Amino acid sequence: MESARPNRRPHRLMTPSGRAMPDAQPSTDDPRPFGAAAVVALIAVGAFAGAVMRYGVGLGLPGPAGTLAVNVAGSLLLGLLLEWAIGRGFRSRAVRLALGSGLLSSFTTYSAFALDLTGLTPPVALAYVVTTYGLGFLAVLVGRALGRSAGGGPA
Amino acid sequence: MIDLPAVVLVGIGGSVGALLRYGTTRALDAEAFPYGTLVVNALGSFVLGLVTFAGVGDQALLLVGVGGCGAFTTFSSFAHDTVHRFETGETVPALVNATGTLAAASAGVALAWVLVG
Repeated sequence: MESARPNRRPHRLMTPSGRAMPDAQPSTDDPRPFGAAAVVALIAVGAFAGAVMRYGVGLGLPGPAGTLAVNVAGSLLLGLLLEWAIGRGFRSRAVRLALGSGLLSSFTTYSAFALDLTGLTPPVALAYVVTTYGLGFLAVLVGRALGRSAGGGPA
Repeated sequence: MIDLPAVVLVGIGGSVGALLRYGTTRALDAEAFPYGTLVVNALGSFVLGLVTFAGVGDQALLLVGVGGCGAFTTFSSFAHDTVHRFETGETVPALVNATGTLAAASAGVALAWVLVG
């Protein structure tokens, strides 16, 4: 297994005389991968929080209303997060794993949405699908716009 | 009132579900189509249907249903991917993803009902 702690300075540039050159600007698009243990930990911690938050919303707002609320709010926040992360490189990968793949993807859910449909009459079920898809897709666009206006990545 | 055992069950289920989702989508999502996201949403809906209709205990429902299936499936990634495909002119994959996910997840719930309902 790879080390969970990435080596931050793998290639220190040397002058012809052997002295280390001053550090170059850190890359904003650093492709260095995390170790598997770090990926697992980031996603697991984020997902724990996201699932518990969804459970909490469901206690206060049971049924389709709660599912709709988490899906729309989570889609907006994911749009914001991914826009923010563009071009931010290495550090943003940790944030994307913990908050995107972990927290927000676990906060939102498709299975509860699909199960909700079984308890609704056909016209209400259709309205629920249209509302969830419509507001969810709109939320992605709004979230990304907010991410850009809040100072999206340098790319 | 949230009691601690319920929170722990949901959280642990959520962590496991999210890791299984991450592995599945990493393996199956492709540039042409988010096969992995569709698979997790359909499979997770089927399993949630199973534990719900089979009448398992409250604790199992919190761990596997609310935590596990809830986190294994995702709406935000689905919505983001679908919107992105619409924007980049991939209208057919976007429409197939939007309607196909709904159809596959609903079929999963229906199959669960047939099996254990």
